[in-house]
Amino acid sequence: MTSFYLLGGLFLGWSLGANDAANVFGTAVGARMVRFKTAALVASVFVVLGAVLGGSGTTETLVALGAVNAPAASFTLTVVAGLTVFWMTKATLPVSTTQAIVGAIVGWNWFTSSPTDRGTLVKIVASWVLSPVLAALFAVALYYIFKGYLNRRHIHLLRLDAYTRAGLIAVGAIGAYSLGANNIANVVGVFVRSSPFVDISISGPLHLSGVQQLFFLGGLAISLGIFSYSYRMMTAVGNEIVKLTPLLAMIAVLAHALVLLVFASKGLKGALMSLGLPSLPLVPVSSSQAIVGAISGIGMLKSARVVNYRYLGKIVMGWVLTPAIAAAVSLVALFFVQNVFQQTVVR
Amino acid sequence: MDLLIRRTKPLEVQIDEYLDIIVKGGLVFKEGVKCYLKRRLADFESHLEQLSDMEDTGDRLRREIETNLYSHTLIPESRGDVLGLLENADRVLNRMAETLLQFSVESPEVCEEFSPFFVDLADFAILAAEGMVKAIRAYFTDLTSVRDHINQVQFYRKETNKMAEKLKRQVFAHQLRLSHKIHLRYFAYHVELIAEEAEDVCDRLSIATIKRYV
Repeated sequence: MTSFYLLGGLFLGWSLGANDAANVFGTAVGARMVRFKTAALVASVFVVLGAVLGGSGTTETLVALGAVNAPAASFTLTVVAGLTVFWMTKATLPVSTTQAIVGAIVGWNWFTSSPTDRGTLVKIVASWVLSPVLAALFAVALYYIFKGYLNRRHIHLLRLDAYTRAGLIAVGAIGAYSLGANNIANVVGVFVRSSPFVDISISGPLHLSGVQQLFFLGGLAISLGIFSYSYRMMTAVGNEIVKLTPLLAMIAVLAHALVLLVFASKGLKGALMSLGLPSLPLVPVSSSQAIVGAISGIGMLKSARVVNYRYLGKIVMGWVLTPAIAAAVSLVALFFVQNVFQQTVVR
Repeated sequence: MDLLIRRTKPLEVQIDEYLDIIVKGGLVFKEGVKCYLKRRLADFESHLEQLSDMEDTGDRLRREIETNLYSHTLIPESRGDVLGLLENADRVLNRMAETLLQFSVESPEVCEEFSPFFVDLADFAILAAEGMVKAIRAYFTDLTSVRDHINQVQFYRKETNKMAEKLKRQVFAHQLRLSHKIHLRYFAYHVELIAEEAEDVCDRLSIATIKRYV
């Protein structure tokens, strides 16, 4: 039965792969700088690596927000999050799985009268606002670094093209790793407390914890989403929404990847703290909103008019509406699961 | 790094060779005009033949470059601009070859007092073409200097126009048959067109450069 409940998370993972891989490789594939097969392979491998190796930090934050401990509840929450994302996307609002799952967890807290850690909630909400802003700042900084370098080096257009292709793949790999590390918590984070997996020691130092196996499975679901359904999204991002040159696209994807990484990497957080520098909380943030932030940052450098303020307004609306709807729907869904289907939603 | 540029390096060489041909074609054209004006007709015919061969080589190279750019889907963002530039630059070379051929076919009777005007006219027109080649090279490697080269081309195009006007005024002020006057004007006009075509390429180049700026 637990394996069946996991399907909810895997569906969410599939949907994440289908939608968010476009943020990483959309422009490269849309502009025919990178073939879809190459992009899908690189994204899949690095998403799984990011999920298994770096996914624990953001998951701990989600668990701190609400320790969902019954498989039926985890299933309900992931399905509610998936449906919320689906409805909001239908309403053309750029929503994020993160916001939906956080809303659903808060709904579970209310339903089960579990306390919601306000500090964690504030940290999460603040990071949603901060992530696109930070992505814009990173993009601006990277833009000037690249511009200065290219103006000094006089690289032949054809060579620059070859380097940009390689750069798009490398940056895409970093982006996919960051996506896996940051967003795996959305996909299987609510199953951590009820994970059916036990630790495995394969040989010598090779050890896979139960949680890592869960993350691996979630990563595979994201990969499946990338291979089966992301092509349309990639070409749409490349051709319709974002009109950037491949080089600017590389800068935007790198800025987006860095944002996802700083909100996911325990190592980076530790390094910053050891240097006495301020560090960011490990929180799952929206990949789509980070990329929009990065693109807007580059856009503002050229002219404030190129920034799509209507789209930015929709993002702000998504910050409020998505968690609110997910919380309300999860309350209703949990009521049905507990009272109609007679399933345990809290232990 | 070498692995990354294994496809693009031969193409870089081909583009350089193609632009070299335009520069050399300009020099041959100037020499051809001088030989014609000095009535060294054997040398003139040899230059014409040389320029005609260059035109063929240029056409072949341009087609190879176009095929390579498309078959390897290189520079997707700038491919249209680059192909447009190369095709229009080819027109400059073709114009030089065509003009020299008209000298051979129509044998215009150039009075001695007009010879220096024709020499200067050819010099200015070819300086404009050379500036165009420099601007195209800069487009590939150093965007910041494209503007400087384009300014030079515009300057030499204006000088060519002035020189052509001066020549036409001189021709029409002389006691010649009207058909002779019109014939000489036709040649002045055709040499002038080399600089006009070079400037047209530079107009496209300015737009392409803006698009390429990061």
